[in-house]
Amino acid sequence: MAVPSFLARERIIARPGFNRWLIPPAALAVHLCIGQAYATSVYKAALVSHFESSLTAIGIIFSIAIVMLGLSAAVFGTWVDRNGPRAAMFTAACFWSAGFLVGALGISTEQLWLVYFGYGVLGGIGLGIGYISPVSTLIKWFPDRPGLATGMAIMGFGGGALIASPLSRQLMNWYDPTYDGTIGTTPSGSAVAQLFVTLGIVYLVFMMFGAFIVRVPAPDWRPDGFDPSQVKAKSLVTTENVSANNAIKTPQFWLLWTVLFCNVTAGIGILEQAAPMIQDFFRNGETSTVLAATAAGFVGLLSLFNMAGRFVWSSTSDYIGRKPIYMVYLGVGLVLYVLLATVGSTATWIFVILAAIIISFYGGGFATVPAYLRDLFGTYQVGAIHGRLLTAWAAAGIAGPLIINGVLDARGTPGELTAGDYRPALFIMVGLLAVGFVANLMIKPVAEKWFEPKNTDVPTAASTTGDRNLTR
Amino acid sequence: MSTPRHAGDQQATTNTPTGLVAFAWALVGVPLAYGLYNTVKAASALFGG
Repeated sequence: MAVPSFLARERIIARPGFNRWLIPPAALAVHLCIGQAYATSVYKAALVSHFESSLTAIGIIFSIAIVMLGLSAAVFGTWVDRNGPRAAMFTAACFWSAGFLVGALGISTEQLWLVYFGYGVLGGIGLGIGYISPVSTLIKWFPDRPGLATGMAIMGFGGGALIASPLSRQLMNWYDPTYDGTIGTTPSGSAVAQLFVTLGIVYLVFMMFGAFIVRVPAPDWRPDGFDPSQVKAKSLVTTENVSANNAIKTPQFWLLWTVLFCNVTAGIGILEQAAPMIQDFFRNGETSTVLAATAAGFVGLLSLFNMAGRFVWSSTSDYIGRKPIYMVYLGVGLVLYVLLATVGSTATWIFVILAAIIISFYGGGFATVPAYLRDLFGTYQVGAIHGRLLTAWAAAGIAGPLIINGVLDARGTPGELTAGDYRPALFIMVGLLAVGFVANLMIKPVAEKWFEPKNTDVPTAASTTGDRNLTR
Repeated sequence: MSTPRHAGDQQATTNTPTGLVAFAWALVGVPLAYGLYNTVKAASALFGG
């Protein structure tokens, strides 16, 4: 599928002297917007009331969006790699924005299916394309620090929720003055519809800014002082290239899929239940020693560690290597989960510290995986391979809540649960992390038979265009 | 800033304006700072009781 010439990869090849530090904000402009997907709880109650529906029915909107994220990243990954980041960011902006506008129409006309289609399907496609759009470009601009580069962008996905939550509350307060953002007040459906229109327009502008400043490096570009032969010296890191179609035939891809699935499922186990979990862990009869406001603060703290983990751990992986950092995420994570299950209810500060570190590993797992893929499969179609790997996220998005909710449903009624009721779910997560740990240990360098011919250039290649004057 | 090397090129070099780089970082940094401030404020309830 061809794209208009102003979006084409050949039009955005950077001239010599281009400052590569313009690329991270371009990536952040996209990820900060699509990160709103993790701030849907702000208007969830309002939609339940507006549609006279259930939490489950409204929760499906988010579930559809995450499933569509995984599917669209897998399906459009090769298209993204072929056409470049500007076309991908532009397309993501259109879908993401259209999702909000169609969703607003659905709210205004009280047609829930339109919200499913708008925010869920259209928005989900925007999420998937937007999520992978800057990744391979960042890896090519920062071959010396791929973990740092992708960590910065994917940190933005975590940061997007931090921005969208207070911003949404503020906007809904303007559109419905009876709503003040405190517990117990709910904005009107009309206020949520206006919020969707506002976010749709703001995100469109913001993401387009990223699309129009992004550039790809020329094929022979290298950062000062960077010697690719030094990269090869590290174990597991290849200077060869593997296509996306071949990558999924390798055991390394599926082992990494398992690693991501286990890490994300375990993290979602805590994220999904964060606020009620801390209250239940410190329940004394019918009341908890942890107030609702304190529980909300705990959720905020987890968001901070989720975001910080993406940047800090992914950057650290540039120094200690991808396989060792996943041994930390999964191995130390496993120990922390055991501690959470056994001594987590002895003191609030122990519970908070354990959960915060676990969530930082969850974020780190997301942010480090593109660099791990680069190490194993090269840069040729790393965006497409990353897209296919994100199906693990979609699967974990279903499995994680199913495990935690399934166990808790079997143990009792919300509001009456205690720390002991969470133990079976936490030990299931321990088992999952053990599986992920073993899968990571089994990852070896990719066999030579999967390598592309030596003259296969990464798709940043300007050589295919022959038109150097088009470079910016 | 890193200076790219472009073997045998005939094309003009560019010099990305520092102001553009600063503006781009500010555009993403200011909303992020707003989000961080509000989240830290919310999280402080955890320590303030």
